Amino acid sequence: MAFKQISSPHGHNPQSTSWVMQLVLLSTLPGFIALSYQFGWGTFINLIIAVMTSLVAEAAMLALRNRPIAFYLKDYSAAVTAVLLALALPPLASWWVVVVGSLFAIVVAKQLYGGIGHNPFNPAMVGYVVLLISFPIEMTTWVTPISLLPEGVQHPGLWESLSIVFAGNTPIDGITGATPLDVFKHSSGLVVDQIYHDEALFNQASFAGVGWEWVNVGFLIGGIILLKTRIFTWHAPLAMLGTLALMSILFWDSGSSASPGSPVMHLFSGASMMGAFFILTDPVSSAVSNRGRFIYGSLIGLLVYVIRAWGNYPDAVAFAVLLGNFAAPFIDNYTLPRTYGHTARRKATDKGEDE
Amino acid sequence: MSRTWETPGGVHPPENKLQSMTQSIGHLPIPGTLVIPLHQHIGSPETVDVTIGQTVLKGQKLTTAIHSDNLPVHASTSGTVIAIDDHPVAHPSGLNALCVTIASDGKDQWIERTGIADFRRCGPLDLLQIITDAGIAGMGGAGFPAAIKLSPSNDKTVDTLIINATECEPYITADDAAMRGKTQDLIQGIEVVCHILNGPKRVVIGIEDNKPQAIKALRSYVQESSIKIVPFPTKYPSGGEKQLIYILTGREVPSGGLPIDLGMVCLNIGTLIAIKRAIVDGEPLISRITTVTGEACGVNRNYEVLIGTPISHLLTHNEFDENNCSRLIMGGPMMGFSLTSTDVPVVKTTNCILAPSHSEIPVDTPAQACIRCGLCAEACPVSLLPQQLFWYAQAKDQERLEAHNLFDCIECGACSYVCPSNIPLVQHYRSSKGEIRKANIDKIDADNARQRFEFRKLRLEQADKQRQAKREARRLVTEQARAASSTSQPGSSAADIIAAAQQRAITKKASPDQQKAKLERALLAAQSRLQEAEKRLIEATINGSTKQQTICSASVESARQKVDQAQHRLRELTD
Repeated sequence: MAFKQISSPHGHNPQSTSWVMQLVLLSTLPGFIALSYQFGWGTFINLIIAVMTSLVAEAAMLALRNRPIAFYLKDYSAAVTAVLLALALPPLASWWVVVVGSLFAIVVAKQLYGGIGHNPFNPAMVGYVVLLISFPIEMTTWVTPISLLPEGVQHPGLWESLSIVFAGNTPIDGITGATPLDVFKHSSGLVVDQIYHDEALFNQASFAGVGWEWVNVGFLIGGIILLKTRIFTWHAPLAMLGTLALMSILFWDSGSSASPGSPVMHLFSGASMMGAFFILTDPVSSAVSNRGRFIYGSLIGLLVYVIRAWGNYPDAVAFAVLLGNFAAPFIDNYTLPRTYGHTARRKATDKGEDE
Repeated sequence: MSRTWETPGGVHPPENKLQSMTQSIGHLPIPGTLVIPLHQHIGSPETVDVTIGQTVLKGQKLTTAIHSDNLPVHASTSGTVIAIDDHPVAHPSGLNALCVTIASDGKDQWIERTGIADFRRCGPLDLLQIITDAGIAGMGGAGFPAAIKLSPSNDKTVDTLIINATECEPYITADDAAMRGKTQDLIQGIEVVCHILNGPKRVVIGIEDNKPQAIKALRSYVQESSIKIVPFPTKYPSGGEKQLIYILTGREVPSGGLPIDLGMVCLNIGTLIAIKRAIVDGEPLISRITTVTGEACGVNRNYEVLIGTPISHLLTHNEFDENNCSRLIMGGPMMGFSLTSTDVPVVKTTNCILAPSHSEIPVDTPAQACIRCGLCAEACPVSLLPQQLFWYAQAKDQERLEAHNLFDCIECGACSYVCPSNIPLVQHYRSSKGEIRKANIDKIDADNARQRFEFRKLRLEQADKQRQAKREARRLVTEQARAASSTSQPGSSAADIIAAAQQRAITKKASPDQQKAKLERALLAAQSRLQEAEKRLIEATINGSTKQQTICSASVESARQKVDQAQHRLRELTD
């Protein structure tokens, strides 16, 4: 009898790509719960719209590209992109905002570049940036955190939220407001102590900024889960957070009116934690080696701070990540690990024999 | 406790070693036929020294050396040579190779063996010759001739002997069983090698901590001596020679180099036992310990197997269930290669026959896209970037592949093992290595061809130049001559030229006597050729075929015609 000729290794670790993706999805749960608790039903509705749009768009593009649809949908990568985009978008954003962002992420940023594994930029962040540039008002209107709602006002219920999202009904006054990063951006005349004293977002906060601090804690918990399950290494996220912290210490300026904010505020505001653990760690668009990922993370941390402090946008993770994506192949060229038996590391573009 | 170093990467696949260690080393009945491939080592094969029908004794050499890197093969039992032909062999390519097939006579009769009990009286070179004659190749996997490894070199001294008792591949327990069952042989083998190496400063046995009984067995023998036993945490692939050297010494074998560059020699357990047998017992390498395991086999056990035993013989004695077997592997699950037939024989490097069931090692699911998650880079023991290598392998970008140190890949399979997208990475690397090797050969060929072409062009140009120079010289001479004649005889005419030409023709023509002698010689030669042809024709009519007869008679006819011609010309001249 003839046996099959099969190349080694025989047997395989049971971990699969779809399992990795599912784990990433599950790890967003703490962040999702925090967002939903703080800002109401909006995030949940974003999530449903984004996932449905993305899956349909992915299937359609796969069909156009003559690829097996079920095989690729089962890798959950489109769902991950959709969920990350949905979590980044402002709750109660109009449905078409979410649809446009998801379509752009899946169709342009992912499938037109060759689908899973071939996109040079993080699709969710491409979608986000397209929306931020095209619809700045919709994208910067954030819901007020639950504890800061005026007396007798509540977040809209599910039906009310749906009517806001789909029918365009205007929400009642007082449920939208600034974010901690907005506050710092727009109170340049005040010293930090004054801001902390005046602003409810800070004077009622536990340690960073009302609502946002817990959202960031949620994503931090998810990130630690992924770190523990070795889905990614510590290099990119910790380098990003470390650089962000370092920059905010360097430019803290003892809380003067020019200070862009404290390290704790920066680490636990905006998309810091989500960016560090769920966006930077997208392996497709990041640098490849551990050393490269450390540099990549540091670069993004630096850019996040620079844009937050001196740029035009209150938050900066999406822009910083895209700029990092641009730099990734360049970083890769200089960060090959030293291989066993070699005295020096090589460059990716080295020609001929080394040493 | 000696210090150990930890290699980067590595994986922890299920070990599956216990099932084959429940019983001690077994012996199988001698198979009816043994198939002994001539080429079982790295280096060139020898020429066959036996003929079909010849009877051979157990341990008899079947080949003779033609090159220095040759290793002989021996008859594993007594019997008759029944075939010397191509036969399926254990090779990843699945190709056939030249083998000597022996029908065993069941007597298992040895040749005369002369062991050297007191090997310390012999010089290293004599002992190395015995090791070569015994056909000992590294039994860990690659099959590198042991004597070459141990040969003294001019500029390198060996100060460390490393004994590879790691056996990091899952399922395989052949070395473990040997360490427990043949401890004394192993220690003696180490002593022989130490003697050959002129007493290295350090002798270290590197062993994974998942073999406590083997460690205990070794400790009971080496308490007093200078051999150090160094256990270290189990991790695949610690048993790679380069990995083991790093674990035990913290030093790295230079890329493209050998352990000897660091003053080290690394030998496998099986090799050391074979060396002991060759020197002390006078027995060549005709058997080895092989693990037969996997759920498709009812019995999982280690056997002392004769080299040349067909795999089918091993399987039938171990309650092999063919229908439950997903694939047949020679070696372990990480680096072993699949066999397409059970006819292939056990060779010197066969440490394991793995017959897993369908549930044990199922068929691979189709590969998904690489998301560059980097799990492979985390698993790589030599710090490569497998995901980048895969990317460039697909793009066939050979320059980038070499810049990413493709040729330092040891093909351990750790990257493929952890790949969540189930990409057969190692297969891509093997094929890329092959393509690059071929491209390099093609380049050398092309360079040679270009050199040859350029040389030819140069030669032709030079010849052309020489001809032109000659022509030029002649022209000058004639011009001068013409100038001279025109000054002496201004009225020189065509008649003069014709006269001169006639004169030249006459001088050129041989004298009639010379012509006659030449023709006579030609006639004599033609006549003798005719005689020869007639003789052959007679021979052909007696014992040749009709075809031969026709050929011979035709040649007689043509010889006769030539004789007639020669006579005719001679007559013309004399008339």
